[in-house]
Amino acid sequence: MVASILPLQVDALTLRRGGRSILGPISWVLAGAGITVVLGPNGSGKTSFLRAMHGLERINQGDLRWAAPMDIVRAKQSFVFQTPILMRRSVVECIAYPLLLDGVPRAQAHMQASDAAIGVGLGAVLNQPAQVLSGGEKQKLALARALIRAPEVLFLDEPCANLDGRSTRDIETILADARDAGTRIVMSTHNLGQARRLADDVLFLYNGQLVEAGPSLILETPTSPELAAHVNGDLLP
Amino acid sequence: MNELWQGLAHAARLIWDFDPGLWEIAGLSLQVSLGATFVASLIGLPLGAWLAVNRFRARRVVIAILNALMGLPPVVVGLFVYVLLSRSGPFGVLGLLFTPTAMVIAQVIIITPIVASIAHQALRDLWADYHDLLISLNASRGQRIKALLWDGRRALMAASLAGFGRAIGEVGAIMIVGGNIDHVTRVLTTAIALETGKGQFGLALALGFVLIALAIAVNLCVHFLSRTERSGRW
Repeated sequence: MVASILPLQVDALTLRRGGRSILGPISWVLAGAGITVVLGPNGSGKTSFLRAMHGLERINQGDLRWAAPMDIVRAKQSFVFQTPILMRRSVVECIAYPLLLDGVPRAQAHMQASDAAIGVGLGAVLNQPAQVLSGGEKQKLALARALIRAPEVLFLDEPCANLDGRSTRDIETILADARDAGTRIVMSTHNLGQARRLADDVLFLYNGQLVEAGPSLILETPTSPELAAHVNGDLLP
Repeated sequence: MNELWQGLAHAARLIWDFDPGLWEIAGLSLQVSLGATFVASLIGLPLGAWLAVNRFRARRVVIAILNALMGLPPVVVGLFVYVLLSRSGPFGVLGLLFTPTAMVIAQVIIITPIVASIAHQALRDLWADYHDLLISLNASRGQRIKALLWDGRRALMAASLAGFGRAIGEVGAIMIVGGNIDHVTRVLTTAIALETGKGQFGLALALGFVLIALAIAVNLCVHFLSRTERSGRW
């Protein structure tokens, strides 16, 4: 990579919606390599945190400082939504769309997209409308589309919610491959097993606050009572 | 009831005999209304998409006005265009009054709000779906509108067809700005009005049936053409 967009310096990031603070202030640094897993119960601000870093949310206070100008930053990161957003096109056209936006010629974009689709196991449904895919296939499509630009940073919002074991394993394999290829991954999950399998480091959010952060080891020896309860499967108030 | 059957028989005879007068006015009807639909789609479809994608202060007012304009009385539009195009009007020098061009202009004014409003409603829902994705992919404003227009093309076709339906059946405006001049600006609807006034119900009904058949034929054609395109089954 020519000029890295990392590190990302998150400085007292605060989101307010409807007069209520829903996130922060959070300060954190996204750097290095590997997979960061964001944990926390529903409503703890995981989604808002990821979306804010990606640039999808209006920030009320605080700062996001990338190491590169914003136009480069926007081009070098992508996002996988919890519910995949599919365009009303065929599988290969969906995956090729980000390349077309970048001005890649259609034939070349389709060729690259076909390869990517085969890479995530969608080779058999290349020309089918994306809307008729199964839940797991839709999420794989979204992943292939997110990775087609070879992003430096990839955000995923509970990519395996509502997926069965097999689809989850497929997606974890794709993510591990992407990480090994040098993509910096930040993902949220409810699945502690998945966190243990994938995480290089862990963030624990609770009530919009960053309660605990550290290497994946903190899942075994949490210091905060909230993360300890979460890991033990207790229900937080 | 008897008159209806006579009218139907008359219509069949006119079509069977390739009546040149009939073909002339039916052809002009089609030409004027398709022309107006084309121009109105060029203006209305991107306008609808633009309104769906952009948030600005006056957006609600613009959409309310657009929806209100859907019910614009054709006679008033005709009068308006007449005044603008008449010899003493601001565009009088162009000499467009009582020409098919004037009729197209009047119909464009009538159907553009319909096309734009239906397009806007369809694309607004599509945009709600696509919003986060297209922002996330860093698509430019033009690219967003392009994606919406392309992926929403079925709904947009319906918008254009609704505009065409209004145009082909419209009589008030084209009567005023066209003048129903034989061999120049006479179309099916104005001819029907004329023949009814003369008491020629048989001929008027025949023309009416031809008009209905024409509208159905155009719609069938469009649906047939779009179904050949396998990529869009949504």
